[in-house]
Amino acid sequence: MKSIFWIAKREMGSFLYSPIFYVVTTVFLVLYSFLFFAILSDFSQASLQAAPQAAALQKAGYSINANEMVIVPSLGNMSVILLFIIPLITMRSFAEERKNKTFALLLSSPVHLGEIVAGKFLACFAIAAFMILLSSYSIIMITMLGEPEWGPIFSGYLGILLMTGCYIAMGVFASSLTDNQIVAAVIGFGLAFLMWLMALPAQNADTGMGTILEYLSLGSHLESFLKGIVDSSDLTYYLSFMAFVLFVTYRVLDSRRWR
Amino acid sequence: MIEVEHLTKNYGPRPAVKDLSFQINPGEVVGFLGPNGAGKTTTMNILTCILPATEGKARVCGFDTFDQSLEIRKVIGYLPETPPLYQDMVVSKFLEFSAGLRHVPKKKIAAAVDRVLERCGLGDVRHRIIGRLSKGYQQRVGLAQAMIHDPKILILDEPTIGLDPIQIIEIRKLIQELGTAHTILLSSHILPEVTQICQRVIIINEGEIVAMDTLDGLNASMRHSRRLELKVRHSTDGIQGKLEGLHQVLSVQTRGQNLFVIESKPDVQLQDEVARLALDQQWGIEELKPMDMTLEDIFLKLTTEEKDVKETQV
Repeated sequence: MKSIFWIAKREMGSFLYSPIFYVVTTVFLVLYSFLFFAILSDFSQASLQAAPQAAALQKAGYSINANEMVIVPSLGNMSVILLFIIPLITMRSFAEERKNKTFALLLSSPVHLGEIVAGKFLACFAIAAFMILLSSYSIIMITMLGEPEWGPIFSGYLGILLMTGCYIAMGVFASSLTDNQIVAAVIGFGLAFLMWLMALPAQNADTGMGTILEYLSLGSHLESFLKGIVDSSDLTYYLSFMAFVLFVTYRVLDSRRWR
Repeated sequence: MIEVEHLTKNYGPRPAVKDLSFQINPGEVVGFLGPNGAGKTTTMNILTCILPATEGKARVCGFDTFDQSLEIRKVIGYLPETPPLYQDMVVSKFLEFSAGLRHVPKKKIAAAVDRVLERCGLGDVRHRIIGRLSKGYQQRVGLAQAMIHDPKILILDEPTIGLDPIQIIEIRKLIQELGTAHTILLSSHILPEVTQICQRVIIINEGEIVAMDTLDGLNASMRHSRRLELKVRHSTDGIQGKLEGLHQVLSVQTRGQNLFVIESKPDVQLQDEVARLALDQQWGIEELKPMDMTLEDIFLKLTTEEKDVKETQV
C-alpha cells in the first residue's frame, strides 16, 4: 500500500515540474470562467427583467434561482471541458515511463502491478481534483451575490469528480497501450467522448437497446447529481466503471510482459 | 544464489534465449558475455522478474521468478542498460523514491540515501536535477538506485556503456568494491572489462551458452596448441621455410615483414630450438615469446565457430 503512495507522490511531483500541468490548468480555468461569466450575465439579465414582476411570478409558482440557472449549467459545461482536458493529464502516465525506460525500475521493484496502476490513477485524480477546486472560486462568487442551496452544489461537485475519475481511468488505460503520449491522449479523448455520447442514439434505438445505451452513457448519470440527488445506482455506475477500466489497464500491462 | 534451468524465451516465433542453464554462487562476480542481441538483456529481465520465461525455471535466492517474484524483487538490485532515471527529479529525491519502492523503512531512508551517495561518489550532485547530469553521473545514479536497499544480488546490464575511459575505470573500480559484499551478475560485450572485474564468465551467443568457466579454465580449455611469436631484425627470405623445417612445428604464419607466429603441439617446448636456429642464421632476435590466448580470441573463436556449425547445418 505504501508503494501506491510513493508512486502517486512521484507522479504528482513530476506534474508540478512540467509545464503541461500549468498550461492545462490555465486553459481549463480560462474556458470555464469564460462560460461561467456568460451564464452569469444571462442570469443577471433575466433577474433584472423579472424583478418588477417578482411577486406575480412567485404567485404563479415560478422563481429564478442561482442553483438552477447558473451552477447546474456551469458544472455541465465543466464536465465537457474536462472531457478535453483530462486526456492531456493522463497521457503521460504509462507512455512516458515506457519511452524513458523508467518502467523497468517499477517492474523490478517489489511492487504489485495493481499498485502501480492505482498510484498512477490517484496521482492524476489528485491533480484533476486540484484543478476543479481552483474553479470553485465561481461558487464563492455566487454565495457572495445570492443564497444558493448547498446540497446540490456538493452533490454536483461529487458527480463531476466521479465523472472525472472515469475520464482518468480511460486516459490511464489509453496510456498503457502505447509509448507515444499524443497517441495516448487521442485514444483517451476518443474513448471518453464515445462514452459521453453513448446516449445520443438512444432515442432512435428500440427500448431495450436504448435503455442500455442510456445507462452506459457517462453524461446521463451526471444529471441527477447536478439536481442534488445522490442515487446509489449512479454511484455504483461510476465506481464500477472506474474499477473495470483500471482492471483492464492492469491486464493490458500484464499481458504486454508476455510479448 | 541464482539457478537457471533450461530457460527459453521466445519473442513471437523468434527465440531470444534457448535452453539456458547456469548457476551463480553467493559472493561471485560473474560476467555475462556475448555480442549484441545474444540474449543477455532478455536473461537479465527474466531474472529480475520483468519478463516471464516461455519455458524453463529460474530461481533467485531459492525463490521462483514466476511464482514468488515479489520476494525476488526485494533482494535484487537491477541496473538496466538504459538507467531508469526520471530526468526531472533531483538526485536525492529520486533515491528516496527508489528506497520507498524497495520497502526501505521510512526512518532508514535518509541513511540509505546518504550511504549510496557516498558509495557512488554522488555527494556533490545530490541536489542537482538528474537530466542535467553527465552520462557518467547518470550511470552512477543508476547504480546507486540499484543498491539503495542493500540487495544481496546486483544485476548490472552493460554498466559501462557510453562512458568515457576515465568514467569506465571509476565504475569498474566501484563494481569491484561492491563485489566483495554482493553477488554480482554483469553483462558486457567489452572483453577486457570482464577479465578485470569477474571471477567467472558465461559466454552466450544467439541465445545459447557456448562456454562457462573461470578465466583460467577458459584459457586452458581453449589451448589446443602452443604458439610462439618471433620478431627478428633482419628480414631475409626463407625464414618461414626454415622455421617450418624444424621438428614438431605445425605451422608458421607471417605477420608483417619480420614477425612470425609459430604453432606447435601443446606439450612441446620450442623456444630453445627456435632461438638456436635464429642465432645460427643471424636473423637477430628482437623478441621471442609465448602467446597466450586473450579472452578476445576465445570469444571470437567460440562465437564464430558456433556460427560455422550453424551455417553448415543450414
